[in-house]
Amino acid sequence: MENCFTSSPRNDTFNPAGLRVLVVDDDPTWLKILEKMLKKCSYEARLLFEAQALGNTFLVIIGKHLRVTDMLTTCGLARDALSLLRERKDGYDIVISDVNMPDMDGFKLLEHVGLEMDLPVIMMSVDGETSRVMKGVQHGACDYLLKPIRMKELRNIWQHVLRKRIHEIRDIECLEGFETIQLSRNISDLSDDGHLLTGEDLTSIKKRKDFENKDDDKDYGDPLSTKKARVVWSVDLHPKVCESSCFNRAMTCDVCLTEVGPKKILDLMNVPWLTRENVASHLQKYRLYLSRLQKENEFKTSVGGVKHTDSPPKDSNGSFGIQNPISMQQTDISNGSYGFSCSNSLIHNVSPKSVEGDLQGIVSVPVTEPKRDLSVDVPDPLKARSSQRDFDCFVPPEADISFTAFDSTIPTQFSWCKVPESPFKHECKPLQDGFNQLPLPGPQHPIQNDHKQSVPSISSKSSVADRDIEIKPLDATCRSHHSNHASPTGTMIDSFSGQAEVPIASHQAFEPISTTASSMKNQGFNPSSISNLDSAQRNLNRGIGSSLATLDEDLKLYWLQGDCLAMNLGLQDIDFSLYDDPLLINEVPFHLYDSRFDYEHPCDPAEYSVVDQSLFIT
Amino acid sequence: MDRNHLLRQVAYMKNSLFDQGYLDREQFTQLEELQDDANPNFVEEIVTLYYNDSARLIQNMEQTLVNRPIDFVRLEEILHQFKGSSSSIGAKKVNDACTQLREYCSAENTEGCSRTLQLVKQEHAVLRTRLETYFQMVREAG
Repeated sequence: MENCFTSSPRNDTFNPAGLRVLVVDDDPTWLKILEKMLKKCSYEARLLFEAQALGNTFLVIIGKHLRVTDMLTTCGLARDALSLLRERKDGYDIVISDVNMPDMDGFKLLEHVGLEMDLPVIMMSVDGETSRVMKGVQHGACDYLLKPIRMKELRNIWQHVLRKRIHEIRDIECLEGFETIQLSRNISDLSDDGHLLTGEDLTSIKKRKDFENKDDDKDYGDPLSTKKARVVWSVDLHPKVCESSCFNRAMTCDVCLTEVGPKKILDLMNVPWLTRENVASHLQKYRLYLSRLQKENEFKTSVGGVKHTDSPPKDSNGSFGIQNPISMQQTDISNGSYGFSCSNSLIHNVSPKSVEGDLQGIVSVPVTEPKRDLSVDVPDPLKARSSQRDFDCFVPPEADISFTAFDSTIPTQFSWCKVPESPFKHECKPLQDGFNQLPLPGPQHPIQNDHKQSVPSISSKSSVADRDIEIKPLDATCRSHHSNHASPTGTMIDSFSGQAEVPIASHQAFEPISTTASSMKNQGFNPSSISNLDSAQRNLNRGIGSSLATLDEDLKLYWLQGDCLAMNLGLQDIDFSLYDDPLLINEVPFHLYDSRFDYEHPCDPAEYSVVDQSLFIT
Repeated sequence: MDRNHLLRQVAYMKNSLFDQGYLDREQFTQLEELQDDANPNFVEEIVTLYYNDSARLIQNMEQTLVNRPIDFVRLEEILHQFKGSSSSIGAKKVNDACTQLREYCSAENTEGCSRTLQLVKQEHAVLRTRLETYFQMVREAG
């Protein structure tokens, strides 16, 4: 293994001195005290208070993904923190952050950091209420310190850094071992538990529990060496993972979603500098993240606006009918359970508002029932999704998340989709709104007029998302795709349309769908809304027919969804032919693809932007 | 000799601050331990920083009670910040007053909030005077 981890000696002495700590707090008095205390521990401390001097720094994607911009209207301390961390990806070993900060909820920052950079984060607050502490832990904090903080507490923070690194190594190793078994799994396992399985399998195998908060980002720091370059799962990379996973799965019909191994993914991704371990670790995180999102979504109220039309397409695939799926999707989307992985960023908030619903829905709903037909799945996931809104996570604020309620024309622009195209930063803002409204990316955009609800894709998406734990990655991929094709920074709509136009080799059909970022939610098929959809659909049909493999419908859905994302219309490389699922092709291709595409688009840039927004919008 | 006397006085003053509940012994002592050659006046700097920042917070809190309708949520937020800040130097009496204010704030008791905010201000000012005297003596003692 070229894994750096394996090569890194576990038994090396970990020298805490020189630990690079980033302290984020809005209280100048405490910052000064902490700085002094940390220096006494021989740590290098950097205070992020001066960062406020950065002013309204536009945290424009400092990192590759996760646009933090958009809603950041005021100088944000937390935002500065994030941007700083992103700029210097390997610059810090641990982050200590206060819970209450003016511009951003400390928990959100925590999630962001965890997902993007995979750094251990310690929370601190004067409030030691159990519920707060619990919240901190749930969001992935390594520790929760009460103010006033004592020296002895600070002295021990290095163990969190070490622990995390060790876990990373272990995870990777687990992943590797798991990989071999995966291929033989049957896809049917994917069903609902698909996602769960993955997560569970992984966790059980890996015995990793501390990934809860890290989904997307994979940080490969050598545990013992602080110099190890971290792999930041930017929006570019993440989607690739999705892509590959989906792709993989597509290729091996019987492969359980969770079984797609990192190796395959790595190969598919074709990123030269990436190692298998990187992928494995990231994948695991992603899965865990998705499962967590899913849970969150379940609690989240359904996304507003999203109509759960729910006409559950349960019927055979075909019957799903575009209409159905769409409705289904919508609901799902609304549920926000879409864990659209679009945003690699922390989707922590599964709030309906983000368009994320769609994208996220996909992601978050990793565990959709794998049901066999697409139709079946789609509806289900959708429904289930409705309760969950994973949207939050990813909704890229940027895109005008037209996801708003599908029912009606999805006004939301695919913020998700669009995201890739244009820098979210600014757009994010609008997305937020858009997203909130509708989890389903109803393509409200002007582009399409009313595809929104009908987009069955959404539902399919959701279902797919659910199943596909990897959805997240898909999103990412999608997102990247989006960016690929859509580069216009313009409104989402533009991007979408652009996307739609992007001829995706196999996904053509999807294109339209995806482009309609808004329709992302709809995964389902937004015929009306998405002009592209039409074309996409056609393509889809073509593509689906041939590509659809006999994979479990669900699986397909997932893939589709995930793929869509990844495919971003730009994913020409994704060969749908893999998915030769007659059913899918015939019946739901639209939905599925649509949704997928939708996700893709929205996911990407949009997602990020959205996510950012939600993240920051406390 | 003189210096020893001064040093003893400094110690006496500090102890009375602790005993009278103005300062938290543990926290303040920890601050003093952080002081070293690199930062010989560290504690004083911290206290100064605290007073500058907390004055602003108190002002903000007063403003919330003036506005109509009263935004108790905002008041609580500021109070939370203020409390965190006060804990940095171990301002005990100030913090106790804050706790009272917090309760009135939760109950949305305007009159109670006004009253206790005044108490917070008072304790805040008293401590400041005491600390100023203290640091002056510290400087004199060299």
